[in-house]
Amino acid sequence: MDPNRKRRVRLYVSLATAVLLAGALVYTSFSTATDATSPSQLAASGVTGRSYQLTGKVVAGYRHDGGVLAFRVRDRDGAASVPVRYAGAVPDPFRAGREVIVTVRKRGAVFVGEKDSLITKCPSKFSAQS
Amino acid sequence: MLNLGRAALTLALSVAAYGIAASLYGARSGRREWVESGRRAVYALAAVLTVAVAVLEAAFLRSDFSFRLVGGHSSTTTPTFYRAAAMWSSQEGSLLLWVWLLSLWSSLVLFLTRRRLREVAPYATAVLLGFAAFFAGLAVFLANPFQLADPVPAEGAGLQPLLRHPSMMIHPPMLYSGYTLFTVPFAFAVGALIARRLDAEWIRATRRFALAAWLVLGVGILIGARWSWSELGWGGYWAWDPVENASLMPWLTGTAFLHSIMMQEKRGMMKAWNASLVLATGVLAIMGTFLVRSGILESIHAFGASTLGLPFLVLITLLIFGSGFLVWSRRTGLGPEGHLESLLSREAMFVLNNLVLVGLCFVIFWGTFFPLISEAVTGQKASVGPPWFNRYTVPLALVLVLLSGLGPAIAWRRATARNLRHSLRGPLAAGGVAAAGLALAGVATRPLALAMFAAAAFTAGVVVQELWRGVRARRAVSRESPPAALVALVRRNRRRYGGYLVHLGMAVIFVGVAASSSFQRVHDVRLSPGQHARVGGYDVRYVRATSALSNEKVTLGAILDVSKEGRHVATLDPTRGYFRAVDARLGPVGTYFEGEATSEVGLRAGARRDIWTAVQPDIGAMQPLIDRLDRRFPLATGRSQGLLLAALAARYEAQPPPAVFRLIVSPLVEWIWLGGAIAGLGGLIALWPAPTFARRRAPAAAKVRRLRRQLSRA
Amino acid sequence: MELLLATIMIGAAAAIISAPLRRSHRPRVVARSARTAIEAARDAKYREILDAELDFRTGKLSESDYREIDRALRGEAIELLRRLDAEDA
Repeated sequence: MDPNRKRRVRLYVSLATAVLLAGALVYTSFSTATDATSPSQLAASGVTGRSYQLTGKVVAGYRHDGGVLAFRVRDRDGAASVPVRYAGAVPDPFRAGREVIVTVRKRGAVFVGEKDSLITKCPSKFSAQS
Repeated sequence: MLNLGRAALTLALSVAAYGIAASLYGARSGRREWVESGRRAVYALAAVLTVAVAVLEAAFLRSDFSFRLVGGHSSTTTPTFYRAAAMWSSQEGSLLLWVWLLSLWSSLVLFLTRRRLREVAPYATAVLLGFAAFFAGLAVFLANPFQLADPVPAEGAGLQPLLRHPSMMIHPPMLYSGYTLFTVPFAFAVGALIARRLDAEWIRATRRFALAAWLVLGVGILIGARWSWSELGWGGYWAWDPVENASLMPWLTGTAFLHSIMMQEKRGMMKAWNASLVLATGVLAIMGTFLVRSGILESIHAFGASTLGLPFLVLITLLIFGSGFLVWSRRTGLGPEGHLESLLSREAMFVLNNLVLVGLCFVIFWGTFFPLISEAVTGQKASVGPPWFNRYTVPLALVLVLLSGLGPAIAWRRATARNLRHSLRGPLAAGGVAAAGLALAGVATRPLALAMFAAAAFTAGVVVQELWRGVRARRAVSRESPPAALVALVRRNRRRYGGYLVHLGMAVIFVGVAASSSFQRVHDVRLSPGQHARVGGYDVRYVRATSALSNEKVTLGAILDVSKEGRHVATLDPTRGYFRAVDARLGPVGTYFEGEATSEVGLRAGARRDIWTAVQPDIGAMQPLIDRLDRRFPLATGRSQGLLLAALAARYEAQPPPAVFRLIVSPLVEWIWLGGAIAGLGGLIALWPAPTFARRRAPAAAKVRRLRRQLSRA
Repeated sequence: MELLLATIMIGAAAAIISAPLRRSHRPRVVARSARTAIEAARDAKYREILDAELDFRTGKLSESDYREIDRALRGEAIELLRRLDAEDA
């Protein structure tokens, strides 16, 4: 096979492989991703058994008894809140008023947090009004 | 001094703007004096920004609260080291740090290349000053660090407790240095494309800057990971958080570039690819800087929505479209001069390694920006987590390690198949033995980890073999002792052996990552003093509770005794520090438990495994006592407050409620840092300037002179 | 005090930036310095020749393959030296 043709074949093979792999990537990302929601969205349209990535602010007055954290998460700019029960590592910065991200599953009236999925955002050192 | 700082910033912006104009004018008109003036504008910029930084630092060090920034991020009780570092713990200060570092590196680079790259340098200067003007402009108009506090507070808010750790303070400057250093090859690539001078001279200059940037950014990333493991209470070193990923992406494309640039140097190949790669690296570096402060992605680091998001977005869009247009418009000059002679060559390995690295970058990019992508496609924001990332990055990393072993064993241009088979026999045996041995030891339960260990053994085998053969080849000629031969060999072939060392370091890192990810044992347990728990073959006993008091925090913790088969292994003392909240409504004792809390991890590092523990005292159980003390003595301050806290602490030590412990036994974590040190050393060796052929002393110079004579006689 | 420092700063910056402009007028046009590019290519080619030798000595190439590659590389180096001579002429 003349060298130019060889090179072109190599190019097409690698492109095809790349496209296939990218396709697999794209497909799995859409099929396995968890929806990101806010408390008001979750309260309105949360489906039992499905996983959601909940983002919002911690409402004051949470309880942390015996390894289970029971707290409410409210909208970033709003009052609608949902209750969350979470058993797992609680990050150091966790505090009322802090923004958190937690993966939850609806079970009855309460949302159960997936173990170790609670992330508390580092308190805003780069806030707009600084 | 506030006005001096303001003046310096404004002057910096003006100088940058002038420099852009002067450099471009000088480049178009051919008038050298304007080009030089433009270059000197960069020096002047560095000087002026140094003044600005000095003014701000001085304000922090002497706790001048007339500076709003100082009052917001430091206090008279903050230790001096953290006061100095508090400067960049804010948006405004970090922008200033970024542009200052940019001006320093730009000055250095332009000084080193002042007599070279004559057509390219003016445009590169303009690009670098363009970035500087952007950041200075942001600082002057949107996030000015020199704002007056009105009224001037008596005491500052203090530094965020989470940042009070040496690593945390070194981490931002290192990362910013990495990001700003990557703008240098970007700028020179833009200049080279504009001037149509993408040649050997450009390669030689750019490679060095890219290597420096790669080294610094890599170290910065590892420092961040180490800090996360040894200081944060979650017990991990990497979370595929968007901001972590943002720092990794330019590092990956930078690694690809460092390899593929050699292909252009040797075969005149991949010019368009290299130009695109180095431009992409620069864009990703800016994107990394942007992600931390934009709030467009949910991240532990994303510091809320800020006003800077839009300007950055505009800049990044400009960079992407500008770069794309530039490469496309110069495409005729970017055709390959040569081709791959053989698939069995180091060049071919580099092509493969580039594909893997860019593939890795794409995976990470896709996963990081997926919330935005999915929102654009389906209208619903969705995110992918660590399992998705691991599924794709682990196999790619495996291939990467294999390639990093194969590459050094193959010759340039065209390897002899028989010699290659011979060269690979030893390392393949090493890999095989490692695989078999580990499989027998029970590692086969995690096939991917086993494969990684085998691949790393293979790579280590190749590197050791290469060093051995190199020393032997040298001694055949020079009759030196083995150590002297090794030193001379490496000195004379810094890029080659520095590179091999980096490969070895990376293999060690991946061994550490594979082992600690696959064979980690985690146990969350609630213990009272005297109780035991088992984790990873170790027995952990809660001996007693501890407490400590200081000016700024109450510390409650525990002493844990770790033993294995009856033998004492370690004593760990995890603690949790509770800082006082800035809220006058809270009682004298309760105020400490409504503020920030940080964990001090109990860590016993070891060559074979780390034993990690964090404690979460049950404050809820202490709450009745806290409330009682607050009610009895609501106005206690100073000494009396201290006494109350001492009483609380004493009660905690005497009758501690059960505390929740997270216990982790993680094998080979320290190998990650060790591998990083090896890779860093390799990078330094590769970076270290070898004397040019002209200046070299004998016998290398003699070798080159001989070569020249031979060639000129031909 | 601040005003004084600011003035010094502005003055120093202006002095640094304008120095090349204040020097005696040199209206030289920048010549295409193709020479430096060829020099860099030549140095890279020398590096390649030495690399090939090291590849041979560390057992990656057979003698015949090495000789062939070495010959090719030296040819390319000579071509670069010729171009360099042409530039000087």
